[in-house]
Order: sequence, then structure tokens, then C-alpha cells
Amino acid sequence: MASKPRIKVPKSASAGEVITIKTLISHEMESGQRKDKDGNPIPRQIINKFTCTFEGQMVFQCDLDPAISANPYFEFNAKVPASGTFKFTWLDDDGSVYEAEAPIEVK
Amino acid sequence: MQLTRRNVLGLTAGAAAFAIAGGRISPAMASAEDAEKMVMDFTGGATPAEGKITLTAPEIAENGNTVPVSISVDSAMEGDDLVESVVIFADGNPNPAVATFHFTELSGEALATTRMRLAKTQNVIAVAKMKDGSFFMDKKQVKVTIGGCGG
Repeated sequence: MASKPRIKVPKSASAGEVITIKTLISHEMESGQRKDKDGNPIPRQIINKFTCTFEGQMVFQCDLDPAISANPYFEFNAKVPASGTFKFTWLDDDGSVYEAEAPIEVK
Repeated sequence: MQLTRRNVLGLTAGAAAFAIAGGRISPAMASAEDAEKMVMDFTGGATPAEGKITLTAPEIAENGNTVPVSISVDSAMEGDDLVESVVIFADGNPNPAVATFHFTELSGEALATTRMRLAKTQNVIAVAKMKDGSFFMDKKQVKVTIGGCGG
């Protein structure tokens, strides 16, 4: 249901620098409020959790409610202590997990 | 159409029925009190103070389906001066909860941007929970031209 996520992380940073990360994933985020043309409610299906970790340590996490727009977009900051990899995880209501990674190099 | 007694009566009844139907508030819609209650649930009954947190949202949103919203909290994000989480509520949506952000020392700055749905013109509320147990709040009214809840 969701397509490959898009992530923007700088390729390099200086140690301790605070960088900005942007992520976007395609997902309908069906709110559960809408009805189909026969008047039956369309069941809710959203991404309910987004997590960003750096080398296993939590950086940023968001619990999403149906009021988040389709194709959820996040922009947040992260402190880069050393070279490593950012891992991003999106959890779907149906149990699917969408993952992505982005490395960063400290000069 | 001639203005007979029968016609006038019919029109008046129709207009009255329309006014009732139009003015009826859908029971699915949350009220400001619900949002306030959710704020209280989050703070554990404490009234959040003003300041520290800044909520940025457009004054007028043409499309309620994607309304950009940003929060930023004035904090060093180190030691005890740390923002643990920030909750966003929209007090006129069917469900006031919008999102909860969790921050850590690795966040560097307590700052986040996302896009939300707004069903109608309403207040957007952001509440920050600090590590020392204090709470801060900011509120903005967003005028919505086209609601974002489908139907």
C-alpha cells in the first residue's frame, strides 16, 4: 500500500552538528471517517507510528492519528555524534513495516 | 407564484426544516471541551503554562486536507532541560488528537513539521511536556476554506 519512502539526510556533517531530516512516504492514511458511495464507512488504515533511530538510539518518534494528511511528511532535527546510519521505520495499521536507511559521514 | 396562505405556510415550514437540518451539529464532531479534556489527560491535570513552545500554522488554510504545522520548543535538549514529548490537538476534528512527537537528546532541537487534516475552522493546540514535569502550551486558530474529512 505504501511506496518506497523518500528521505533527505545530508551526506556529511561535523561532529555534534544538528542536521535537518525530511521524510515522505506515500500512504492513503484512510481516516475511518469517510464513507464509500453506498454509505458504508471505509475502515481506518493509517500509519500509526514513525521512528527514527541512529545506530540503535532513538532520535525522534511520532505517534500518528487519523488527522495526519495522506502521504505523511515529517521534518525534524538530529544531532550527529559520529559517522553512522539513520534508520527510519513506519508502522502500518495492518501490521506492515516500511523501512529505510541513510548513512552520514562525520568529517 | 402567488402569495397565497397555503404557499406561505409551505415555504415557512420548508425554511424551518432547512434551518434545523443545516444547524444540526454532527454528533461525530468533537467539541472544544473534548480537546481540553485530552490536554488535561496529557498533563495529568496540570494547567500548561504559556511560552517556550511555538506553534506555527497558517492563518487561513485553503485546503483542510493538508495543513502544514510546525512546533518548536525553546530547550537546550541536554540534561534536565529536555523536551520529552509534544502533542498536537485540533479541537474541531472528529477526533482531536493529531500527533504526538517524542524527542531525545539526539534530537538536538525540539522541532518538528508535518501536515495535518482539519475538518473546519478551529483551534490547533500544542502542548509540550518537559523532563522536569512542567507543561507549556500554544494555540492558534486556523480558518479552513475546504474541510478535510471527506464525507
